[in-house]
Amino acid sequence: MSSSLSEKIFRTILGAFGVFIVLLMFSVAIFLTVGAWPVIRHGLSDFVQTQTWNPVNGQFGALAVLFGTLVSSSIAIAIAAPLGVGAAIFLKELAPARVASVFSFLIEMLAAVPSVIFGLWGFFVLAPAIRDHVAPIFYPLGEYVPIFRGPSYGVGILTAGVVLALMILPTMAAIVREIFSAVPQHQREAALGLGSTRWEAVRVAVLAPSKPGILSAAVLATARALGETMAVTMVIGNRNAVSLSLFDPGQSMASLIANEYAEASDSRHIAALMAVGLLLLVISLVVNAVARIIAKRSAAKWK
Amino acid sequence: MEIATKKLLLEFMVTTQAKRKRKNIFANLVLSILAILAVSPLVAILGFLISKGIGALSWEFLTSLPAPYGESGGGMGHSIVGTFILVLFASLLGIPVGFGAGIFLAESSKESRFASIVRLCAEMLAGVPSIVVGLFAYFVAVLPFGGFSAFAGGFALSVIMIPVIARTSEEILRLVPVHVREAGLALGLPRWQVVMRIVLRGSRKGLFTAVLLAVARASGETAPLLFTALNSRLWSFSATQPISSLPVQIYTYATSPSEEWHQQAWGGALLLVLLVLGMSLFARFLFSGKKYGT
Repeated sequence: MSSSLSEKIFRTILGAFGVFIVLLMFSVAIFLTVGAWPVIRHGLSDFVQTQTWNPVNGQFGALAVLFGTLVSSSIAIAIAAPLGVGAAIFLKELAPARVASVFSFLIEMLAAVPSVIFGLWGFFVLAPAIRDHVAPIFYPLGEYVPIFRGPSYGVGILTAGVVLALMILPTMAAIVREIFSAVPQHQREAALGLGSTRWEAVRVAVLAPSKPGILSAAVLATARALGETMAVTMVIGNRNAVSLSLFDPGQSMASLIANEYAEASDSRHIAALMAVGLLLLVISLVVNAVARIIAKRSAAKWK
Repeated sequence: MEIATKKLLLEFMVTTQAKRKRKNIFANLVLSILAILAVSPLVAILGFLISKGIGALSWEFLTSLPAPYGESGGGMGHSIVGTFILVLFASLLGIPVGFGAGIFLAESSKESRFASIVRLCAEMLAGVPSIVVGLFAYFVAVLPFGGFSAFAGGFALSVIMIPVIARTSEEILRLVPVHVREAGLALGLPRWQVVMRIVLRGSRKGLFTAVLLAVARASGETAPLLFTALNSRLWSFSATQPISSLPVQIYTYATSPSEEWHQQAWGGALLLVLLVLGMSLFARFLFSGKKYGT
C-alpha cells in the first residue's frame, strides 16, 4: 500500500470518529425533540407556566419541577461557592504543602463518589439530622418568614440543596484552584513587598483579578447541580408542587423523570417527560455555554 | 489592579498595624475552617459507609441472589455481575470511539474548524445530564428493540464514557513532545505509523488512566440505567434481558420500606465506593505527573 493511500485511510477513519461525536450530540437533541413533540408543538410557554402535573388526567405542567431544580441548585451554589473558594485559597495560598496535598486528595476523592452514594447518605443521615436538629431552630422564624415555614420531613428542597452542594464542591474548588495557579507569583510578591499581610496579598493580588474566573467556576458548578439526578431523587421528597418553604418536599426536573419514566405507559405521559428532559438539556447546555464564555473572556490575561 | 493597589495603600494608611495583623489571623482562621468543612463530608460519608456497610458484607452477600421480601440473608451477586457486564458492553463501544475521537482531536491542528466543532460537541456531550442520556438511550436502544435490556444499558453508559475518554486522551496525547513525533517522521515513517507506533505506545499509561477514569465513572452511574437496563432479581448473562447493577440495586433497596434491605443497600454502597474509589486511586497512582513517558 502506498503511504499516501494509507495516510488517507487513516485520516478518514479518524475523521469518522469526529463525525460520530458530532452526530451523537445532535442526535441526543433531535431524539429528545422528536419524543417531546406531541407536548411542545403547541409552544413551550403553557408547558413551563402550568404547575399541575397529573398523568391520570393528562395534565402536564413543568413549573413545579423547574422551580424545584432552580431553587435546589441555587441553595447548592450558595453553599458550595464560599466553601469552594475558601478551601481553594487555603490550599493554594496559605496551607503548608503537605497539608494542602492531603486536602486536595480528599476533595478529589469526593468528586469520584457516585451520585447514588450521596443519595443514600443524604437520605439516611443528613435528612434525619435536618429534620431533628436544623429545622427546629428555624421554627420560631417560620411564623414570619415563609421560606422557613412548616415542619420538616427531613427530605425536601433544603436537603437536596445541601447534598448537591457537597457534590459540586469538588468541581468548584478544583477550578478555582486552577485559576489561582494561573496568577503569576510576582503579583503576590509585589503585594507582600509593599508590606501587606498574607491575607491582604491574597485579597488584592489573587482574589481580585480572579473574580471573572471564580464566576465562571460557579456557573459551571451550577450546571452540574441542575442535571444531577440520583442524589436529588432520593432526598428531595418527590412532590410536584411549588412551595416557598425550604423544608417542604419538592421535585426537580431530573428527579421527576427518574421517578416516573419506568412506570409511564401512555404516550402523552412519555412525551411530557421527554419535554422535561429537553428543557433540562437546553438549560444545562445554555448554562455550560455561559460559563465557557465568561471563562474565555477572562482567560489569557497574564500573557 | 491599580485600583486594588490604591485600596491596599489606603488601607495601610487608615488602619493600624495591629488591626491588620488581627484581620490576617482572623482570615486565616476562617479559611482553614472552610477547608476543613470542605473535606469533612467525604470523611463523614466514608465513615458511615464503613460503619453501616461492613456488617452486611459477607461471602453470601457477594455471591447470592436477593432473599425474598421479609426474609433475611441474600445478597447482591447478580448486581455485581450485572455491573461488570454493563461496563463491559459500554467499553466495547465507548473505548474505541472515545480513543478515536481523542486521537482525531490531538492530531488535528489547533486552527482546524471541524476539529473545534468536534471538541465543542464532546464538551457539550460531557455536559448532558446523565438522566437525559438515559432518555436518549431509551429512545434509541429500548423502544426499537421492544424492551429493556443489558445492551441498552451498556449503550447509555457508553454515551457517558465517550466524552470522558475523548477529552482525557486528547489531553494526554498532546503531552507528547513535538520532537518525538519529528524523530519518527525523520525516520521516514508515515504519519499514521508515527501515531500508532510512537505517540500511542509512548502514552499507553496515560491512555489506560483515561479508560480507568471513564470506567470508574460509568460503574457508579445510576440514572442512565433506570429505564434502559432496568433491574432484575435474577442472574442474567443475556444482552437482551433486563439486568441488575450495583447502583440501581442500591437505589431500589434504599427507597424500599424494608429494614433488611436498607442494610443490603449500605453493604452494596460500601462495595461500590471501594470499587470506584479504588479505580480512581489506581488511576491517580499510575499517572500523577501529567508528563509524557511517565
